[in-house]
Amino acid sequence: MFQYVIKRLLSIIPVLFGISLLLFFMLRALPGDPAQVLAGQMATPEDIEHIRHQLGLDKPVYIQYAVFLGQLAKFDLGRSARTQNPVIQEIWARLPNTILLAVVAITLACLFGIPAGIISATRPYTFLDYLVTAAALFGISMPVFWLGLMLVIVFSVILPWLPAGGTGSWKHVILPSITLTAFVVAFIARMTRSSMLEVLSQDYTTTARSKGLKEKVVVIKHALKNALIPIITVVGLQFGMLLGGAVLTETVFAWPGVGRLIVDSILARDYPVIQGTILIFGLIYTLVNLMVDVIYAFVDPRIRYD
Amino acid sequence: MNDTKKPLLAIEALHTRFHTQDGVVNAVDGVDFNVYQGETLGLVGESGCGKSVTALSILQLLRCPPAEIQGNIRFEGVNLLNLDQEAIRKVRGSAISMIFQEPMTSLNPVLTIGEQISEAVRLHEGMRYQEAWKWAVNMLQMVQISGPRARAREYPHKLSGGMRQRAMIAMALSCNPQLLLADEPTTALDVTIQAQIMDIMVRLKEEFKTAIVLITHDLGVIAEMASRVVVMYAGKVVEEAPVKDLFKDPRHPYTRGLLGSIPVIGHKAQTGRRLQEIPGIVPRPLETPLGCRFHPRCSSVMDICRKQEPPMIHLTEYRRVNCWLEAS
Amino acid sequence: MTDTIRNTADGDRDHSPISPFRRSWFKLKRNKVALFGGFLILLYILTALLAPVLFPGNPSAPNLIMALETPSLKHPLGTDELGRSILGRIIYGSRVSLSIAIGVVSVGLFIGVPLGLISGYYGGKTDFILQRITDTLLAFPGFLLALGLVAVLGVGLKNAMVSIGIAMIPLYIRLVRGCTLAVREEIYVEAAKAVGTRDTVILLRHILPNVMVPITVQTSLSMGMGILFAAGLGFLGIGVQPPTPEWGTMLGSGRSYLFHAPHVATFPGIAIFLAVLGFNLLGDGLRDALDPRFKL
Repeated sequence: MFQYVIKRLLSIIPVLFGISLLLFFMLRALPGDPAQVLAGQMATPEDIEHIRHQLGLDKPVYIQYAVFLGQLAKFDLGRSARTQNPVIQEIWARLPNTILLAVVAITLACLFGIPAGIISATRPYTFLDYLVTAAALFGISMPVFWLGLMLVIVFSVILPWLPAGGTGSWKHVILPSITLTAFVVAFIARMTRSSMLEVLSQDYTTTARSKGLKEKVVVIKHALKNALIPIITVVGLQFGMLLGGAVLTETVFAWPGVGRLIVDSILARDYPVIQGTILIFGLIYTLVNLMVDVIYAFVDPRIRYD
Repeated sequence: MNDTKKPLLAIEALHTRFHTQDGVVNAVDGVDFNVYQGETLGLVGESGCGKSVTALSILQLLRCPPAEIQGNIRFEGVNLLNLDQEAIRKVRGSAISMIFQEPMTSLNPVLTIGEQISEAVRLHEGMRYQEAWKWAVNMLQMVQISGPRARAREYPHKLSGGMRQRAMIAMALSCNPQLLLADEPTTALDVTIQAQIMDIMVRLKEEFKTAIVLITHDLGVIAEMASRVVVMYAGKVVEEAPVKDLFKDPRHPYTRGLLGSIPVIGHKAQTGRRLQEIPGIVPRPLETPLGCRFHPRCSSVMDICRKQEPPMIHLTEYRRVNCWLEAS
Repeated sequence: MTDTIRNTADGDRDHSPISPFRRSWFKLKRNKVALFGGFLILLYILTALLAPVLFPGNPSAPNLIMALETPSLKHPLGTDELGRSILGRIIYGSRVSLSIAIGVVSVGLFIGVPLGLISGYYGGKTDFILQRITDTLLAFPGFLLALGLVAVLGVGLKNAMVSIGIAMIPLYIRLVRGCTLAVREEIYVEAAKAVGTRDTVILLRHILPNVMVPITVQTSLSMGMGILFAAGLGFLGIGVQPPTPEWGTMLGSGRSYLFHAPHVATFPGIAIFLAVLGFNLLGDGLRDALDPRFKL
């Protein structure tokens, strides 16, 4: 088990390098002088020179990359071209808001999605099953931002129950969370359903029934445990979709999170921030998937020892 | 052997149908036979003849719909098909147990062997966790798995095919059932392991006095273990006889064909004849031949065979054949 | 020998063996939900092709007098902030969305499939490197990757297509590679190699056909995903730029008028939803029909 974790940890090292390389070259793929780009439009010639020197942009590429890595190690992501604040600071201020939405969304999604999937799978081709399946299909086809806008229309315009954006109270969290949850809960419900159906048709389910176990026991103790294995993997992947969806949701609800920061930065051509935020998101996503792999090993004994 | 005492299991007019998108499949089409206390009854036939479905129907392990089971299955006098879910669950695992063909896929990969065995005892015998676990270890020892205490804590994927099958047998016999349905227990195993498993089953049968319905297409296993045999073809019983009689003097053309197709080393040199095969193939599930179902492949086919289903002829108290040849 | 067979099947259905493609087609035809999805997609394709017929005139021509009109007989879906018919823009928007969907999937297919085949079949160093690259690309959630690429490449239809397409590539590589690895171990591949068949022929003749099934399913789903992503970029203002009518972009500009004229944002969203739904339904149906395990 320990070996497995170590192996997984080692395997993300090349990915981390890959991410840093990708971002390193992304910046340099832009037209024009990177130093200027990083400094932003408000910079003076001295600022530009300063940056050029700081990042070693006058030196060969591999030295630049080394400098870049060195900075990353110190958590130095440069300064925002817009506000001149350290990028790390900008991100740090907003990250908790995004994480809040993401965690609420994934929790709600699992809380509703998994039971819905189980109910659907244990009563196939009944009205309930069709209902869940249809709802799930709708959920994954709906554009996140449109759903957000529709919710605003219904709950903020027609019935002025909930605020249309911003933060402040728990009321502000509701609409953005529901919006984010919609896609994920649909996906999880579908995955749970198909995973459960697969497991319920396996031989070992028949064996369990042949021992005279109650159906509830068969479903939860024997079937669900097996079905969870692919579901866990999907939940990890969905977290990634959440981070992406957060960008859109935060824009709709003017939620002060990292997603909105990315969008504002792209529109303002604030490249240090763009680079930094994408890096952070990539890092978070990679770590989440690593965690999923470890949890996976806990659930599936076949992985543990091989 | 069986005498005129009451049968442990009496199957009467069993019909199991599957309603599919393409039509109705009559997997078991009017089957009846008895199983007596402590005996080993062989249920023989090719794949698709309905023998597994018969066993699954006894314990009602088929999804209804699309399956539909009709008839009488009397176990110790009670018709199992009339029981509700609660009642049939009490029967499963405690009075009647089943073991399956593929030990690889029939054990739950995320639960330990010990857990899978002890949960049955906990449920049916009301034992507590520790007790049940000890019982499970004991059962593993009885099926000759070495180091049973350690093995009980392991997961199925760590065990070999033979060990898994033994674990399944341990699981099925843990509550001392009166009847064991063994669905092709040795088919998925190597020949040497097969012998071991058969050995264990014979010994345990002696010990627990369990009746066994041994479902297989392997006549060698039947010869070793069964005392009586029921032969099935295309969902019907075609012949029933004590094992020695069946091998010495098979009456139904299908049985003759089955026995004739067993390869015997030196046979060709001795008799100059090649391996007998039964021409044709098993009928498709939705296309049953009219009259006698075997008639398209029968070497002794008569006119009446094509038109009417043959009657069941009782030759002696213990023998019956479903064939027009015996009717005259 | 039909007179000696008692057929318990319904009707005189011909039970002679048919090729797996035809069998899949029959299964697909039976699946009404998937057919509905296919019908939706067909509707969109027709709308895109017949756009000038369905809405004569320039959908992007402003007509400020008619700005923000609610749905009426003249403008069945109302007008937007520049007085343009929303229905007209949605109709023309189907062209944009469909071309993005096709473009995106093409990039993914034409780059991802060959790379996946090579990676899976040859293994070794090539596989290792390609897999590390794929891992890196997949370390970013799809939409974010597209976002980042747009940040570098700039906004607009073409760049959106390229960015989203690149985000699709790793999905195809993974899928194809996994399938190739499985097929590579099949005995008929070994047999082909033993006879001395060239690698390219093996790849094209034996491996590719087996990979087609998951590819087809993925393609349908990816088209839906492509439309969603493009709409997302449009909504944020960094995708297709006005005045080109793209549903997401329309939603984005409609957002400012949410309180007074909600119809501007509502209808393009429905268009996106139905298009994506269509592709998802079809993709699901294809998966059920083509999956050999679920043979009847």
